[in-house]
Amino acid sequence: MEQIYKAPPECQTKFTFGSGRDFLRAKVSDLSFRYNPEDRRVLNKVSLPVFDKKITALIGPSGCGKTTLLRCFNRMHDLYNATSYEGDIVLYPEGKNILSSEIDPMEVRMRIGMVFQKPNPFPKTIYENVAYGLKVRGIKKKSFIDEKIEKSLVQAGLWSEVKDRLQAQATALSGGQQQRLCIARALATDPQILLLDEPTSALDPISTAHIEELIVEIKDDVTIVIVTHNLHQAARCADYTSFMYMGDLIEYGPSEQIFTKPQDKRTENYITGRFG
Amino acid sequence: METIMASASDVENKLEPLSVLKSNLAVNVKQRKRSDFLFSLVGLMSLLFALITLLALFVDLAMTGVPRIDLAFFAEFPSRFASKAGILSAWVGTFAVMITTAFCAIPMGIAAGIYLEEYAPKNWLTRLIELNIINLAGVPSITFGLMALGLFVYKLQLGQSILTAGLTLGLLVLPIIIVTTREAIRTIPNSIREASYGLGATHWQTIQDHILPYSSGGILTGVIIALSRAIGETAPLVTIGALTFIAFLPSSPVSPEYPFLSFKWLMDSFTVMPIQMFNWISRPQAEFHVNAAATGVVLLLMTLIMNGIAIFIRYRFRKKMKW
Repeated sequence: MEQIYKAPPECQTKFTFGSGRDFLRAKVSDLSFRYNPEDRRVLNKVSLPVFDKKITALIGPSGCGKTTLLRCFNRMHDLYNATSYEGDIVLYPEGKNILSSEIDPMEVRMRIGMVFQKPNPFPKTIYENVAYGLKVRGIKKKSFIDEKIEKSLVQAGLWSEVKDRLQAQATALSGGQQQRLCIARALATDPQILLLDEPTSALDPISTAHIEELIVEIKDDVTIVIVTHNLHQAARCADYTSFMYMGDLIEYGPSEQIFTKPQDKRTENYITGRFG
Repeated sequence: METIMASASDVENKLEPLSVLKSNLAVNVKQRKRSDFLFSLVGLMSLLFALITLLALFVDLAMTGVPRIDLAFFAEFPSRFASKAGILSAWVGTFAVMITTAFCAIPMGIAAGIYLEEYAPKNWLTRLIELNIINLAGVPSITFGLMALGLFVYKLQLGQSILTAGLTLGLLVLPIIIVTTREAIRTIPNSIREASYGLGATHWQTIQDHILPYSSGGILTGVIIALSRAIGETAPLVTIGALTFIAFLPSSPVSPEYPFLSFKWLMDSFTVMPIQMFNWISRPQAEFHVNAAATGVVLLLMTLIMNGIAIFIRYRFRKKMKW
């Protein structure tokens, strides 16, 4: 990640904002998605950039396709039959389309981590949970794994709470702790992008505050795309926000602009609580 | 309350029908409660009928059989004299057949279950296969015996051996293992699979690190239930020609010379406990009937213990697995 890369020219012309210091991590262009060939498109030619080490929030009413879009990033939809993508998501600096059929979804998921809406730790020990991503990569060196586990648990703000009971069952943790464990589990694999799918919707306000803090802290290390129902959360954490509605991307821009001077009427209605 | 209602209906005449409806409702509740009570009574009676009949049978069997059970009963071969006869060859045979059955059915059943649940494409062919597996579990066991007689005994020349019996019973219980394996796998929430895939795990890594360990309680339960079904089967074994009077044991599975393990016992002829029981029951002398009852008690206890283990395992796993 030492290498700095500029956004490709076509992207810079399309999105003319930011201070020019933001570099492109991924670019979604004309992405359409169907769960079933007969169904309507759940995503309709969506395009947006994802900037490196920034937080990009996807907001919109239920059913607008924001989670579907998020799950395209690590090809989760490939697990289910009959789903189909059109368009592409190009990952930089490689410049490869991760939706291409030539690219193995496993490889995509090894680069792009995900945290789900409901905390889903494996019914194993805390240690095994965080180590699992390294285990599937065939890493066996214990000292390396231990170091990585400590580092990611520290990043997820969970280290002080669990350092004396790494061999305890992960499912015995509280909901908020479980979610932070899931974040640590994803961070342990050094993802290029971390996808967060409404990570706080199943948590109480204190756990939510915890997780928001840690999201802002880890953005120094990792690019984050977050789906959220909580507009305050998006306004507080996200550098860029995109508003989606009925499978269309209505508006994209710096969070400040989206939340203070929305260009589109629908965005304005949504963020002022008039619908959604 | 009623005065309020009355005053309210005074004010608004249209509310009058409501009170009529109210008294209807009260009657209605009474009626509905009566059918509630009636059904619970019928249900309880059915339950008691089934339980008491079973219990009476078991008590009768135990009263006749238990006094006959001693060490010698397990250590003696069958004999012309009822008092000298024992179930040595029968329980050794049952044991040997069960081991063979387990070795055939468990790996095949679990593998088939995993394949159907995880890998098989979801199309009409798979659905047809699934339907047939469920149907197979209900096929009369004697049909399996006939099939085995044709295939294993005549075609493959395996003889009337422990191997033939094990394969036959293995096929018989295979559907049970497949179905329970699939059910156990299906209880694992999708969120766990997604978590595993999300970390970059392959399909097989997900299966061996998550799906199998988390469903092993359910799978093990299914295996034990399948084996306890197999242990009592008589018809298919009679069909393939299990002997009823055997005064010798199968050859030993361990040998003093290299490679120390011998599989000659697989080809030996055998008898099993239900067949021994059947044989004794069909004799005119009452003493033999006592032997049969004693064998029945042993068989029942073995089945009960196996089922008990299954319940225990399921309980342990349920407690451990939280999502």
